[in-house]
Amino acid sequence: MRRIVLATLAAAALGLSVNAANAVEGVTVPEQDWSFDGAFGTFDRASLQRGYQVYQQVCAACHGLSLVAYRDLEAIGFTEDQVKAIAAQAIVTDGPNDEGEMFEREGIPADRFVSPFPNEQAARVANGGALPPDLSLIAQARAGGADYLYALLVGYVEPPADMELPAGMYYNTAFPGHQIAMPPPLSEGVVAYDDGTTATVEQMAHDVSTFMTWTAEPKLEERKRTGVKTILFLIVLTGLLYATKRKVWQHVH
Amino acid sequence: MSSPIFKSPVVRWIDHRLPIFSFMDHELNEYPTPKNLSYWWNFGSLAGMVLVIMIITGIVLAMHYTAHVDHAFESVERIMRDVNYGWLIRYIHMNGASMFFIVVYIHTFRGLYYGSYKAPRELLWILGVVILLLMMATAFMGYVLPWGQMSFWGATVITNLFSAIPLVGESIVTWLWGGFSVANPTLNRFYALHYLLPFVIVGVVVLHLVALHRFGSNNPLGIDTKGPQDTIPFHPYYTVKDMFGMAVFLIVFAGFVFFAPNYLGHPDNYIPANPLVTPAHIVPEWYFLPFYAILRAIPDKLGGVLAMFGAIFVLFLLPWLDRSPVRSSRFRPIYKWFFWVLVADCVLLTWAGAKPPEGIYVVLARLGTAYYFAHFLLLLPLLSIFETPRPRPTSISQPVLRGGGVPAGARAKPMEKA
Repeated sequence: MRRIVLATLAAAALGLSVNAANAVEGVTVPEQDWSFDGAFGTFDRASLQRGYQVYQQVCAACHGLSLVAYRDLEAIGFTEDQVKAIAAQAIVTDGPNDEGEMFEREGIPADRFVSPFPNEQAARVANGGALPPDLSLIAQARAGGADYLYALLVGYVEPPADMELPAGMYYNTAFPGHQIAMPPPLSEGVVAYDDGTTATVEQMAHDVSTFMTWTAEPKLEERKRTGVKTILFLIVLTGLLYATKRKVWQHVH
Repeated sequence: MSSPIFKSPVVRWIDHRLPIFSFMDHELNEYPTPKNLSYWWNFGSLAGMVLVIMIITGIVLAMHYTAHVDHAFESVERIMRDVNYGWLIRYIHMNGASMFFIVVYIHTFRGLYYGSYKAPRELLWILGVVILLLMMATAFMGYVLPWGQMSFWGATVITNLFSAIPLVGESIVTWLWGGFSVANPTLNRFYALHYLLPFVIVGVVVLHLVALHRFGSNNPLGIDTKGPQDTIPFHPYYTVKDMFGMAVFLIVFAGFVFFAPNYLGHPDNYIPANPLVTPAHIVPEWYFLPFYAILRAIPDKLGGVLAMFGAIFVLFLLPWLDRSPVRSSRFRPIYKWFFWVLVADCVLLTWAGAKPPEGIYVVLARLGTAYYFAHFLLLLPLLSIFETPRPRPTSISQPVLRGGGVPAGARAKPMEKA
């Protein structure tokens, strides 16, 4: 647990040192193994679907996912019928209809995820003044990305003896400042996974962090696939151009 | 400057009335270029290519972007999610800005090392600095468009700088904003200007090229071409060399776009702009960090703003601050070292700019700032007097100077102006 993110530090030291400012300050975020790491990384579909289940059954009570549409879930392995069933569980306010009235209807795949609160004020009053952020982009909007989300979700511990937490706050090792208004969301078995995987806190944190990485960048796999092809093409092109350059220049000097 | 004979009668007919083919042949084909240009001379054409990439991707993005505070952030995310290859176009544009600055900074330092700003290329250099300024304005306004937290707060910090101007500062800031805070009118005008300025850059680039082609490229020896034996036609020699350089550069570019598209960005810009929540540290994009460090190094607001703009404007004076008649650092034993110290100083300022303005970082930023100005205002004029340049070869085709051997005649007039 105490493995400090050497990668962040090394990148800061070796690289442009620019991202040093982006690193989470005073917080240790251990690095995890992710299926989407590396140049050939892809999302583990089973983990994505479990992560969706964690989001739906735990996070969705307070956190929106407003940039993602139900239809997008087909990309993580749900069938069209499953997506229709998932969407239909949501109640969407639509309208106005021909009588000029707003009305409620079942969700359809083209709808975006319905947020749990109608507006920021409603969200704050229901959460003791704190605003649960929309999770669509959370993996890109926090330094450390999925590693940070995982560390946050498994990072609830007793506060140090000399620290007095205000009412309604919880101690978290990964959260900047260590005081977080979100109660520990995950506990063993809070989700009953459809595929029978044991729902430990670590497993759920891993799955939902994977899911959040996908919601933040649903085109990640396409990006990496295209990237490998592009780089291979460019290397061949560079070789050919170098040979041409040598040939053209051979009698100069 | 004889007119070339074109095979196609159509081309001949047009060229007789509108000599664009002769012009292109003259400027891109037979254009005589020093034959000893190194790969450091690739970065000008690379910058041109990035400018074209930025304009093309930018126009496509503009077709999908909505310049309104309520919709800008979401329209960018729509591009990332629902527009065909929108993620690719946007990542290219986003990283292209960084690539543009990398290439242009290298191009600028090449000019510094080889004295490319010296007579008769002073205007060529000044036009380059104008392009740099325009690029900075364009990049700054472009970063505001996604309307994330850094967009909003970066815009707030930078536009607020103008309030340091005595008497009229506050009015100028209100005028820039189009209101009493960074808000929808600000976003709209930044979008309009962000779309306009790249084409102004194209115009200045054309002038930059006209000035370049007046005397031709400088070269690693920094001596004038003496005749046809020193030059080769631009095509095919430099077209193929530039294309090879472009391919190598595109590998680096693609590496960022496909495998680390957000490495050079800031996570906070994936949080929608919120005027009520200030980020812990407001940091500009990396290419502004040296100037940001200079801004914060001066304890006085107006002084900081003046120093920051002064850091660019001193470059306008460079051709007259450096009086040494020798262009290339190869023949300037002392300047060569100070050049590298300046490079290190700029790296230091970049690093200090990314750090919070406290403790040792402020001290280092101040030292770095002092040295930056001392280099241009003190060291260069003094070096012009006290440095003894090494002998230069008489011509490009006779640079038999490898290993310090001095050919006959090379000693001639090393300091004719001093």
